[in-house]
Amino acid sequence: MPDSSTALQTPTHGHADDPALLHHFAEPEQQRNAASLGMWIFLATEVMFFGGLFCAYLIYRLKYFGEFAAASQTLNWQLGTTNTAVLICSSLTVVLAIYGAQRSKRALMIGSLVLTIILGFAFLGIKADEYAEKFEKHHVPGPSFQFAEKIPGHPDQMADPNHAQIYFSLYFVMTGLHALHMIIGIGLFVWLLVAAVKRRFTPHYYTPLEMGGLYWHFVDIVWIYLFPLLYLIDLRK
Amino acid sequence: MSDQSQHGHSSSLTSYFAVWIALLAGTALTVVAAHINLGPFNAAVALIIATTKALLVALFFMHLKGASEKLLKLVVISTIAFLFILLVLSMADYGTRSWS
Repeated sequence: MPDSSTALQTPTHGHADDPALLHHFAEPEQQRNAASLGMWIFLATEVMFFGGLFCAYLIYRLKYFGEFAAASQTLNWQLGTTNTAVLICSSLTVVLAIYGAQRSKRALMIGSLVLTIILGFAFLGIKADEYAEKFEKHHVPGPSFQFAEKIPGHPDQMADPNHAQIYFSLYFVMTGLHALHMIIGIGLFVWLLVAAVKRRFTPHYYTPLEMGGLYWHFVDIVWIYLFPLLYLIDLRK
Repeated sequence: MSDQSQHGHSSSLTSYFAVWIALLAGTALTVVAAHINLGPFNAAVALIIATTKALLVALFFMHLKGASEKLLKLVVISTIAFLFILLVLSMADYGTRSWS
């Protein structure tokens, strides 16, 4: 993320008429476009980062589909659906915060930022509950891993625990990395909330809000793919 | 010129709430679709719904719709292109290894 924190401070030199404009930019639009381009390039690296994991997931799902379906069905899809809804609502509160900043609606901006942080914690809380269940069921990859489920649609065939373990390894790495992004996102939004409370954003300058928002929406998009791929394999059978 | 709200921020509250409802509906739809046996098409339907939701988020919440900078478009399009190279070429390999 581009260093927009310096833009929040009043520079000692540069554009006296616009304290948010750094001296090496000619005009606010140029500064904003530079920040936006930098953020999108960062998101491009994030897409490739998660892309490798999705690729690994697809390869093993193709190879061990029966075990992936059996392992997927031990997950609680109701909790997964709830978490998807929580993230979608948090994405709405993010755009509402920016909308509030654009139109000098301070209460809307600050209220939306607080809601975003609360929804972020709600997501992590539900996720922690799901992780705890995995530990209880010995579904965490490692020496104590146990898996004795039948392959869906094949009542006489037991799933190979080693192949199910691959599913759970991918589950923990992908959702864990996503949760790490959520934790970083919550940190970012606490920082944005502090800046908003300190009246650092105006209808002319709210770039950090927009950049934080781009990050939050990206993390939401990752979950939009993780949810059906991890929770909803072959539920009918 | 210096007002950020003057370029590409015509998004209204109505469109934000419409997208929000559509995203929630898409989530419900993908859960319902997963409980219906569509055979091999279950995965395709799930991915189509997820991609539609991702597009809604990117276009309206991330304001890609209305973005005018060509450089930004280049970054977004090349990101998707490289992701496709990674996924499609890998699956073209592993997906056709019937001997292993």
